[in-house]
Amino acid sequence: MSIDLLLEGLIFGVFVGCFYAAVSIGLSIAFGLLDVPHIAHASFLVLAAYMTFLLGSYGIDPLLAGLIILIPFFALGAVVYRFYYEAFEKRGTDAGVRGIAFFFGIAFIVQVILSLVFGLDQRSVAASYIGSSLGLGEMRIPWRLIVALLVAVGLVLALNLYLSRTFQGRAMRAVAQDPWALKAIGANPVMTKQWAFGLATAATAIGGALLIIVSPVEPSLDRVYIGRTFCVVVLAGLGSMSGTLIAGIMLGVIESLVLTAFGASWAPAVAFGLLLLVLGLRPQGLFGR
Amino acid sequence: MSNFTKRSVLRTMLLGLGLATIAQPIWAQDNPIKVGTSMALSGPLAGGGRQSRLALQMWVEDINSRGGLLGRKIELITYDDQGSPAQSPGIFSKLIDLDQVDLLIAPYGTVPAAAVMPMMKERQRLLIGQIGFQINSKTHHDMWFNNSPWSDADSWVGGYFKLGQKVGVKKVAFLAADQEFSQNILAGAKTLATKSGFESVYEQTYPPTTVDFSAMIRAIRAAAPDMVFVASYPADSTAIIRAVGEIGIGSSVKLFGGGMVGLQYEAVMNTLGSQLNGIVNYHTYVPEKTMAFPGVREFLDRYTERAKAENVDTLGFYVAPFSYAAGQILEQAVKATGSLDSVELAKYLRSNEVQTIVGPIRWSADGEWAEPRVVMIQFRTIKDGDAEQFRQEGKQVVVDPDRFRTGDLISPLSEAQRN
Repeated sequence: MSIDLLLEGLIFGVFVGCFYAAVSIGLSIAFGLLDVPHIAHASFLVLAAYMTFLLGSYGIDPLLAGLIILIPFFALGAVVYRFYYEAFEKRGTDAGVRGIAFFFGIAFIVQVILSLVFGLDQRSVAASYIGSSLGLGEMRIPWRLIVALLVAVGLVLALNLYLSRTFQGRAMRAVAQDPWALKAIGANPVMTKQWAFGLATAATAIGGALLIIVSPVEPSLDRVYIGRTFCVVVLAGLGSMSGTLIAGIMLGVIESLVLTAFGASWAPAVAFGLLLLVLGLRPQGLFGR
Repeated sequence: MSNFTKRSVLRTMLLGLGLATIAQPIWAQDNPIKVGTSMALSGPLAGGGRQSRLALQMWVEDINSRGGLLGRKIELITYDDQGSPAQSPGIFSKLIDLDQVDLLIAPYGTVPAAAVMPMMKERQRLLIGQIGFQINSKTHHDMWFNNSPWSDADSWVGGYFKLGQKVGVKKVAFLAADQEFSQNILAGAKTLATKSGFESVYEQTYPPTTVDFSAMIRAIRAAAPDMVFVASYPADSTAIIRAVGEIGIGSSVKLFGGGMVGLQYEAVMNTLGSQLNGIVNYHTYVPEKTMAFPGVREFLDRYTERAKAENVDTLGFYVAPFSYAAGQILEQAVKATGSLDSVELAKYLRSNEVQTIVGPIRWSADGEWAEPRVVMIQFRTIKDGDAEQFRQEGKQVVVDPDRFRTGDLISPLSEAQRN
């Protein structure tokens, strides 16, 4: 195994890891901050990818399409959370288990609708940064991965600013820890969580646009991402945006190095091996408090 | 009284017989010949499964418009097996015992079909294959007849290695999905490589959840093989070819491809466009003049219209004509024997050639094609964003075997990519 190959593996791991972070950031808010067992997250990613594809068929650039679908996805998230709250969360302690069933149902419905509307064949988008690469000496880096890195970093910076500098953002961080205290300072915890879940779903819309930029999509693609996104969020420490980026990069780098050094069959074990290790040694995650 | 009774009984019997005679055709119409099968109508294999169902429906409509078989209409009974071997045996039990079907076509795909074979052998039922590979290799059922143009791994990818020998390949790299079908093909390919005297310089099996193939393509480039054999599934095929285009595979590579599933599907070919140029891969049918079997183009024209409405692959080259042919195999056997009996039908198929839209078929003792005819094609002059180009001759040039060849292999890959 040459040093050059390992070095390239390291660099590509960073790019792929940023992509993992970008597709996990919505879950980091929904599950990490709000404690909502959002196992339909990966299905929402695929849904957003298909919406990007739909807009792409009218000649709209995939990144622009990701921005266009932000607002509808925010509304979708707000509606889904309200329903979840009224039907499960408000009613008591077993909301978690029933919530998992609820979100599983949503994931299933999304997949069926996508299959019926778009068919089962894979769908992709076209853009100047898809299928081309940037040459750096001997190394060529695909532009689609560079785009993923830039979007992931931008998304994390924007969310960090929002969560730390605005009243609504700080309320979102507080709501999962102490909703009663939040009420005491005049904020409505349910509305705050509804807003936050909307924001999480809007972030997922951007992740979905990246998903179809990085690779073609099909209705059942969520199964590939559900494990990885939960791994990144738990590894980061629940609710940490910067932590999500670092955890994504860690996962990408370790997967890439394991793949280069030991073979591709070991790569999937990395995500779940890391997850087990973190849960055992540091249950609050690497960057959680 | 007694005479009257006798007369009335006789009259009633005659009337009954008369009615029965008149009623027979009506009864026959109401008692169709049932053909049962299952396919993936949901799940990852549903793209092919739905093509297969459409083609079989078209066969049923065609035959019923000609008056059916043995004076009876055909009724197709299909179930969704989700491509799962856990589902297909139960479905086939139901087809035989509850639906009481007369004829059976195997589940679509290798894995769910292999799961029903022991039952078919035990029940002594005729089974026509539906795009399956080496399904009868362990069961040895003497009433199995495949609709797909291959037998063993040699028949599938042997042409690829033959091409490798022609262009002087010495070193080969293998990349394969960690799935049963790809692994079977990989095992066959490795045996062929050994027989051909090729040295293996890289071998990688990847899991189905792999997102990015950059690391593997870089490793292959570093190993500098003369030939890369890939056994992949549709989503992986797209990602692998895209990574090759972005990162580069190296100037040493003379041949790339071989066993990539997906490069036969419209959606994948449209996605990749010009990145396909130069790739050599297996296929079952392409619209080249040497493969213009009687009826196939007319069928595909009709299929395309129906496929648009049903939101399935509108090219349909890979699966649809063969599923239609599965129906034609049954049709010819039933017409020739005048029977629905599995033993009679199997006896006929073992000793006769059947004419189908995918050409004439004869079977060897194991129920696979006596003369397999998987072709190796090379993509040429493909442009981006033109779905219709794949219906034209000269875009998927047959480079092996000789009897279907429509052009010479262009090698190395870097030169072929320019064509």
